[in-house]
Amino acid sequence: MSSLEFRIWRGEAGEGGFVSYRVEVNDGEVVLDLVHRLQATQAPDLAVRWNCKAGKCGSCSAEVNGRPRLLCMTRMSTLPPDRPVVLTPLRAFPSIRDLVTDVGFNYAKAREVPSFVPPPGLAPGEYRMAQQDVARSQEFRKCIECFLCQDTCHAVRDHEENKGAFAGPRFLMRLAELDMHPLDAAPDRKRDAQEVHGLGYCNITKCCTEVCPEHIRITDNALIPLKERVADRKYDPLVWLGSKIGRRPKD
Amino acid sequence: MEQYDVVVVGAGGAGLRAAIEAREQGARVAVVCKSLFGKAHTVMAEGGIAASMGNVNSGDNWQVHFRDTMRGGKFLNHPRMAELHAKEAPERVWELETWGALFDRTADGRISQRNFGGHEYPRLAHVGDRTGLELIRTLQQKVVALQQADHRETGDHEWGLKVFQEYTVTRILKEHGAADGGRVAGVFGYARESGEFFAIAAPAVVLATGGIGKSFKVTSNSWEYTGDGHALALLAGARLLNMEFIQFHPTGMVWPPSVKGILVTESVRGDGGVLRNSEGRRFMFDHVPDVFRAQYAQTEAEADRWYTDPDHNRRPPELLPRDEVARAINAEVKAGRGTEHGGVHLDVSSRLPAEEIVRRLPSMHHQFLELADVDITREPMEVGPTCHYVMGGVEVDPDTAASPAVPGLYAAGEVAGGMHGANRLGGNSLSDLLVFGRRAGLHAARYAAALTERPQPAAEQLDAARAEAVAPFGEGTEHPYALHQELQQTMNDLVGIIRRAGEMKQAQDRLAVLRRRAEQVGVEGHRQFNPGWHLALDLRNMLLVSECVAKAALLRRESRGGHTREDWPAMDRDWRRSNLVCALVDGGIEVRRQPLPPLRADLMALFDRTELAKYFTPEELADEQS
Ligand SMILES: Cc1cc2nc3c(=O)[nH]c(=O)nc-3n(C[C@H](O)[C@H](O)[C@H](O)COP(=O)(O)OP(=O)(O)OC[C@H]3O[C@@H](n4cnc5c(N)ncnc54)[C@H](O)[C@@H]3O)c2cc1C
Ligand code: SF4
Ligand code: SF4
Ligand code: FES
Repeated sequence: MSSLEFRIWRGEAGEGGFVSYRVEVNDGEVVLDLVHRLQATQAPDLAVRWNCKAGKCGSCSAEVNGRPRLLCMTRMSTLPPDRPVVLTPLRAFPSIRDLVTDVGFNYAKAREVPSFVPPPGLAPGEYRMAQQDVARSQEFRKCIECFLCQDTCHAVRDHEENKGAFAGPRFLMRLAELDMHPLDAAPDRKRDAQEVHGLGYCNITKCCTEVCPEHIRITDNALIPLKERVADRKYDPLVWLGSKIGRRPKD
Repeated sequence: MEQYDVVVVGAGGAGLRAAIEAREQGARVAVVCKSLFGKAHTVMAEGGIAASMGNVNSGDNWQVHFRDTMRGGKFLNHPRMAELHAKEAPERVWELETWGALFDRTADGRISQRNFGGHEYPRLAHVGDRTGLELIRTLQQKVVALQQADHRETGDHEWGLKVFQEYTVTRILKEHGAADGGRVAGVFGYARESGEFFAIAAPAVVLATGGIGKSFKVTSNSWEYTGDGHALALLAGARLLNMEFIQFHPTGMVWPPSVKGILVTESVRGDGGVLRNSEGRRFMFDHVPDVFRAQYAQTEAEADRWYTDPDHNRRPPELLPRDEVARAINAEVKAGRGTEHGGVHLDVSSRLPAEEIVRRLPSMHHQFLELADVDITREPMEVGPTCHYVMGGVEVDPDTAASPAVPGLYAAGEVAGGMHGANRLGGNSLSDLLVFGRRAGLHAARYAAALTERPQPAAEQLDAARAEAVAPFGEGTEHPYALHQELQQTMNDLVGIIRRAGEMKQAQDRLAVLRRRAEQVGVEGHRQFNPGWHLALDLRNMLLVSECVAKAALLRRESRGGHTREDWPAMDRDWRRSNLVCALVDGGIEVRRQPLPPLRADLMALFDRTELAKYFTPEELADEQS
């Protein structure tokens, strides 16, 4: 057992600052354990979202030392032992209180994606799909909607103004998922992705993939194939990045 | 006050299925949930949904599923619920595919089904070990589809189906002037984010709030599981039954301490994992009870053959119903044959190739690697029992999911009682959510539509609810976190997996003290997103529910399913004929016996007489013959 300094952003609606706490750390603990210990001892009204504490629900998203993470899956042993742990709310979304942000943006985007369209002529129970054909969309359905990718994507993180036109990696991936669903009968998901959901804003930096706690290969398996299908040509990430950096997407 | 036709409290599998059905019936529906939309506890379900589609073994059908369910529940299940469940589960699963669900497939492209404890055939539709996530996401996306349809018609996504996320209900409201027996008129609660109170008027309320595990120290359950719906029902005048039956899942993580209780899915055993004690012995062979002896392998060789040739071999005893396995583990640890951290070994590393393990059990592999530094493809896991599921719940009519005591009140999912009897089989909850969630939504919508005049919430009820909710900001000095920890310790130690009369009496005394202290609970800060305040309000629910569990458990003098008494170790056929029913009378919990509905003759004929004789009294069987 040892003790460590936690520097936690506390405040409301974006107004506030860092508060320091010293807290005991035991073997095997995750950051959320420490937040709970603080609530039980020094800061009973410290606001944090959590639910399953098992990395399954995607509620406990926040930033640990500036990096978007799930608090319940971040083990203390993976953080530097000699420096304070800095906890801040997700930066891309409006602050509500302490570590809690308003993630309503994501729910609004979810509603803009047209739903699965069942294939005509097939009754329930008559669906036949091969495992290898469902596997691609299944990877994307592992998403726990923690919105860490949405938080980290620079097209949103640094550009509030893009939020209207850009669905973000999570929902572009949803379009890819439906597009790759073997029985989805919707006509043109690809064109939608480009014209309605702002696929063009993505310049395949892969930052979303790096933070995904489910290790979904968002960029390689969802976004790039979607771009390829839209443009009907291959994307080499390096060439693409080189041609895009520094340029703002057009309307 | 906002007006709806149906309010659904809870956005897990049961709540969302109810909401979808009610909306499709034309009702205007509000869904209220404590956490964000799509994060309900159902996301945690791993193994699968039980439905006798017969895709892997065509011998399966609803009768076999019904039989397994009754056996698992030790024949204490409400037979009509078990029947409806077994009959309707396949339709409910197939319907999910038409909403976009992607289950794992068989070689011929159907929905694949896996083996699970207590199920005679491979029966669980699944997606790797994240089936609950698939279920929630599919239902969530169906809700969005309905909202998009409403948007096309009215320009408003939320016109017919609105989700109030991070809203907590603290009271069910009833109509003017009526004391007990009055009709439901709406709900009252607070919004987490702002701390503001809200009330919604509606003639029909569906409770779908899930379970009660947070009253126990070691549990697989999430933050939400504070027994709210159970308590709301009691406070509204409804009854709870079977509250003594709590399922301790045999395999929870035991180390490190901070993750103690997190579930290790039963699929590990269904896919070949075996249990060993510290001496390396596959001890489950030593713990097969008589009632099950004929169905389970007696040697390791036979058990191992079963995985590839289930038609000619009996299944391994690791796949006995959960209560049996949990008790066996408990006994081994108690006898000094436990592991370093007080569990037993669950080993799949010596049974399957590493790639196969990662493919079939991806979340388990991930969970152990990230949380315990254990690579399950190389070494065994350490596991022990964890509080997992409550069989007890709101008494409901099997066909309509309506409370017989409170007009306008419905319950479905884990918060409802009866379906699973004394013990739930794995996979039978997710199917239960869909079957009875749909029924609850259907009948709630019909009830609301048929009313000529709507009950309005009584003003004095609103005032009382408000006063109750702000009370923790008063003079009280008791700390909510401390009270919660004491409660969890009490339930874990005194009303846990093995029960004794003396300890349960002690538990009741402690609960009485805790209830008094909880009246003096005090919190700091203000109402905006204040977890201390939320916990203070949840305490009322956890204490009420814990009292039901402790009282019913003391009264039932036998051991059956999720209720094991050291002082009454045998199953008693007379006790099978009774449910224990809890009600709130003058602020205290009163428990009484109520006869279990009889098993219809055609359903009884599905079993052979020698098996029935283990559960039914000779008179019951004689009645049947005459
Ligand atoms: C780790 C784990 C694995 C499991 N695996 C399986 C499995 O493989 N197969 C299976 O069949 N079963 C499984 N189960 C059991 C199953 O997941 C649950 O029984 C089931 O999900 C309960 O669903 P529900 O719809 O009743 O409630 P939940 O999904 O728990 O939803 C409850 C809802 O009610 C809301 N709520 C609660 N109180 C209030 C309140 N006061 N006000 C407003 N809203 C409220 C919550 O916010 C939530 O939205 C598992 C359980 C666990 C813990
Ligand atoms: S790859 Fe695209 S979506 Fe992902 S972070 Fe980069 S720009 Fe954003
Ligand atoms: S794709 Fe990954 S990072 Fe993005 S919301 Fe889903 S789980 Fe989170
Ligand atoms: S609490 Fe569910 S993912 Fe962290």
